[in-house]
Amino acid sequence: MIALTPDEWEVVRLSLKVSLVAVAAVTPVAFAIAYFLARARVPGKLLIDALVHLPLVLPPVVTGWLLLLGFGNNGPIGGWLNAHLGLSFMFRWTGAALAAAVMALPLMVRAMRLSIEAVDRRLESAARTLGAGRWRTFATVTLPLSLPGVCAGLVLGFARSIGEFGATISFVSNIPGETRTLPLAIYAALQVPGTDAQVFRLAAISVTLSLGALIASEWLARRMGAGQGGHVL
Amino acid sequence: MSFEVRVTKALGDAEIATDFASDAPLTALVGRSGAGKTSILNMIAGLSRPDRGRIAVAGETLFDAATRINLAPETRRAGYVFQDHRLFPHKRVRANLLYGAGRGGGWIGFDDVVALLGVGRLLDRWPRTLSGGEAQRVAIGRALLSGPRFLLMDEPLSALDNARRDEIGALILRIRDALRVPILLVTHDEREVERLGAARIAIGD
Repeated sequence: MIALTPDEWEVVRLSLKVSLVAVAAVTPVAFAIAYFLARARVPGKLLIDALVHLPLVLPPVVTGWLLLLGFGNNGPIGGWLNAHLGLSFMFRWTGAALAAAVMALPLMVRAMRLSIEAVDRRLESAARTLGAGRWRTFATVTLPLSLPGVCAGLVLGFARSIGEFGATISFVSNIPGETRTLPLAIYAALQVPGTDAQVFRLAAISVTLSLGALIASEWLARRMGAGQGGHVL
Repeated sequence: MSFEVRVTKALGDAEIATDFASDAPLTALVGRSGAGKTSILNMIAGLSRPDRGRIAVAGETLFDAATRINLAPETRRAGYVFQDHRLFPHKRVRANLLYGAGRGGGWIGFDDVVALLGVGRLLDRWPRTLSGGEAQRVAIGRALLSGPRFLLMDEPLSALDNARRDEIGALILRIRDALRVPILLVTHDEREVERLGAARIAIGD
């Protein structure tokens, strides 16, 4: 194993930071949307479903541009967050995390929704007759039984975040140490002639990270699902 | 009266309508399958809402359309033993038994239930490894440990082979005699009513 250079470390650290923050921040949102889509019976559900899936089908550059409009320092949301919470996304790693989160959202919602729909509602009514209110039923029956799908969603979201390119580069540009994650670093290296070795190393890191995430999550699912056979892969 | 039930509910094209009262320690709802027996248990447990009528158990009104009383299922203190057991697949037998035990008002201890039902050897098993008879006993134990004011049992004997049927039947009689908790059970088999010496209520005739 050849040791990573300080520059490569910086890229890896930034990529992990961006992806982990993105997934951590978007998980509760994704679960809430997935639960709503799986359970609610209201008109307008289809519209929310379609909106959530938009980043999956839009050209990423359009998603990035829309983020720029909405979350730029002059955008309606970005301006408000900047003025009231001091939270700025422009040309910063937080913007890369936001782009990754938005791109990961549809995949996470899909995985979580499937597993929530698969929860046997008869078990929930059994819990109710045993004295559990709605919240306890949710926390002790619905949530644990949908955990395999939540884990699958986390892995998919993480993998998607690690690989996020188009929306990030059009939203927050390609700034070393701030928004230059692995794919953006590979892209930057590809622009310079004679950097084949560098590209190869970065690509190898990328494959290793993604593979490691998948294997770790499968191992986790097997441990957690003892007795029930939970799987992510 | 232990059970006073007068309800109607439209389910698709069919309408379920029943009106009965029973003060027997053990009451059986009898009728062909599809007559709505399980739906009546669900309405008593609070899992489905009648269109009209009134449900009272042991003097407490659980549902009354006229006065808009409709207690949530978790406050009705029903010990519901489902036909399909509904043990929690992600919890071992011990945790399943104890699921409803925290709500207070329990009148039987864990050790007593384990001894009564003979489930001591099963405590560390996962539900999916249990036989039908074992799962049935665990489901009964879980209902008892939740401190119920009454028991609802949906076809407790139907899915069992003959030996298990005698065993669970004897167990129901022991619960009736030793624990003095009113039991309402559903069956499609007249012989079970006779065997258990239950008060007979016909449904859907």
